[in-house]
Amino acid sequence: MSHSASTPIKGVPFFTPGTLVLTAIAMAGMGLGIWRFVVGLEATTNLDDQFPWGLWIAVDVASGVALAAGGFTSAGLAHVLHRGRYHPVVRAALLTAMLGYTFVALGLLFDLGRYYNVWHPMIMWQGNSVLFEVGMCVMAYLTVLYLEFVPIVAERLRSPEPLPRLLQLVRKPAGAVVGLLDRIVGKIMWLLIILGIVLSSMHQSSLGSLMLIAPSKVHPLWFTPILPLLFLTSAVCVGFPMVIFESLLASRSFRLKAEMDVLSPLARLVPIVLALYLAMKGADMAIRESWRFLLPFDLPARMFLLEVLGGVALPLVLFLSDRVKRSQLGLFVASSLVVGGVVLNRVNVFLVAYTPPYAAESYFPSLAEFGVTAGLIALLVLVYRFAVMNLPVIPGHAVEEGGR
Amino acid sequence: MGVSRRGFLGILGGAMAGATLAGGRANAQPPSSTSADSFGCLVDLSLCVGCRKCEAACNKQNSLPQPDRPFDDMSVLDTFRRPDADKFTVVNRHLVGGAPAYAKVQCLHCLDPACVSACIVGALTKEPSGAVRYDASKCIGCRYCMVACPFQIPAYEYSEALTPRVRKCEFCFERQMEGKAPACVSACPKEAMAYGKREDLLLMARERIRSSAARQVTASTEGAADAASTPAGDAAAGNGAAPLPLLPYIYGEREAGGTSWLYVASHPFESLGLLRLPPEAPPRLTEAIQHGIFKNFVPPLGLATLLGMAMYTLRGRKEKEQ
Ligand code: SF4
Ligand code: SF4
Ligand code: SF4
Repeated sequence: MSHSASTPIKGVPFFTPGTLVLTAIAMAGMGLGIWRFVVGLEATTNLDDQFPWGLWIAVDVASGVALAAGGFTSAGLAHVLHRGRYHPVVRAALLTAMLGYTFVALGLLFDLGRYYNVWHPMIMWQGNSVLFEVGMCVMAYLTVLYLEFVPIVAERLRSPEPLPRLLQLVRKPAGAVVGLLDRIVGKIMWLLIILGIVLSSMHQSSLGSLMLIAPSKVHPLWFTPILPLLFLTSAVCVGFPMVIFESLLASRSFRLKAEMDVLSPLARLVPIVLALYLAMKGADMAIRESWRFLLPFDLPARMFLLEVLGGVALPLVLFLSDRVKRSQLGLFVASSLVVGGVVLNRVNVFLVAYTPPYAAESYFPSLAEFGVTAGLIALLVLVYRFAVMNLPVIPGHAVEEGGR
Repeated sequence: MGVSRRGFLGILGGAMAGATLAGGRANAQPPSSTSADSFGCLVDLSLCVGCRKCEAACNKQNSLPQPDRPFDDMSVLDTFRRPDADKFTVVNRHLVGGAPAYAKVQCLHCLDPACVSACIVGALTKEPSGAVRYDASKCIGCRYCMVACPFQIPAYEYSEALTPRVRKCEFCFERQMEGKAPACVSACPKEAMAYGKREDLLLMARERIRSSAARQVTASTEGAADAASTPAGDAAAGNGAAPLPLLPYIYGEREAGGTSWLYVASHPFESLGLLRLPPEAPPRLTEAIQHGIFKNFVPPLGLATLLGMAMYTLRGRKEKEQ
């Protein structure tokens, strides 16, 4: 079992052809985002009175929250169940969750008509609103994630290595503040971890309750009172595959040796939750007899089948195979399928299934909507890269032969 | 290992199941906020002649922008319209069996409004008077109310970059407070709308349905004499024939938990663009689940306790690192 301490990744340039492309996408996206604030939603999006929610809610917010689930699932595994062997991936998962939720909040600002009122829920409580619960939990969880991240920053500040020039100037005071915070966080870490898991379970499921307020507008293939349970379960499903997906991408990008001795055992846990999720979906379909709506084989039916067969059943089969679990490519493909399946599920629930009764035409996102979403994702990847190059997040750093 | 993993999931599953069960029980609770003597409107669509006077009155009352085509331009009726950010009510012409039939639509002011339950900050409120009102200063612009409304009513000022508002009929709340009927109601030359206590309006609706059926019986026995007495050119009479009886159904009595605005009509409501909706108020399901999850904070605290116990008892397994 390798548990070499995590250190910042050194000896790789920040800018590579790949990151330059990402930088261009991020800048274009942020340009479009600024344009949205100047001219408003009508000129930049295809949202209208029939379709008040679009790509930004389905992908930036709903999918973003789901894909950040690696944070609470791996925390549960490593810190509650004390599976020590998984510690090497916990920091990366925590970083992903922290950045993921930060970008969810950012993405939401583009969508809100009165973004400057985003803090209103904190003082204007409306306990009947599902969205209120989601909002409050996300805010609280984001705080928890930042606190959980304090020890990583403190560790970096303690290490003798120099910081980037500008930061070096404030090293003393920053070190003192972070050090103090770190001592407090160290004492309550166990509480933060429990709080993080509880808050996650609450808002991951409530995200599924959101559309239950519109029973007459949501396609029966997806509308079920157990939608919150399905959302929570699928979030748990995607947690580890997302950790695997990222870890493999990072080791490829930084030419590190893939952490297969952690990832393969982690992969063994995935099919259990996937099978549970598939069984729930199947039972729900059987009880509500919603399979009837597959027969027309129209767009919703096809999207549903793609989601369940391609995003749940197929990766379930793959994750059951030992060959797949031992191969980097196999793991990567299987994990990507789960990730794609969960994103597709959120897009289906929030966009495809949404059928307003008087809709004259259907909704398809505008170029600017795609641009902002792509820009946010690109920016997230860049910040992630910057973070792991400057903070002790990824352990080991065994360089792959012929690498660098 | 297997045990603890199952334990972990079991905890989550148990918490959820508990929440859902608690929700199922809470389902029986009555709708929240409607006082017995709240106001409503009764729209008798069989009397509506599509003159658009209500649209004009609403426009003036709410200082809405002047439309491209004036309110006396009836060519507007050639296309199906919905209320939007610039018009809180519209009249549509529907062809039913070849004859025109008109339907005015606006917010129905649900008794247990989905928009109010959905709103994240309580910017939408159901007043004791029956009106569902909007407070722009609270609104964050999430548009969840629009997602929630089963009648697809709230509209949004997407073109406003800085201070977009949700726009919808607010039942002329200011006029209500002065004891006046809504502007659209007062403007109707055919008196197709009545304003009053919802209870009374329900009685009135039943009475109208009964008497129209009775009139029909008389009309068919007395033959052409009655039809001739109908003023010529009265569109409500439909091609000069005897007026059709009202259907024995009050739209809005039960739809989506019941609405303050009620409709009677002599044509099937769906053919007039009114949606067929189940009698359950949408908030009953979501609020049951929400309050189930939050019931005295027991489920979250329970989950926290279980996690804490697992964390403590399994700590021995902690492998050498950290
Ligand atoms: S009640 Fe007032 S706001 Fe509503 S449609 Fe009538 S005139 Fe317009
Ligand atoms: S019709 Fe729609 S907007 Fe009006 S009260 Fe009901 S839910 Fe709210
Ligand atoms: S858009 Fe405004 S009124 Fe509608 S739900 Fe959001 S905060 Fe409430």
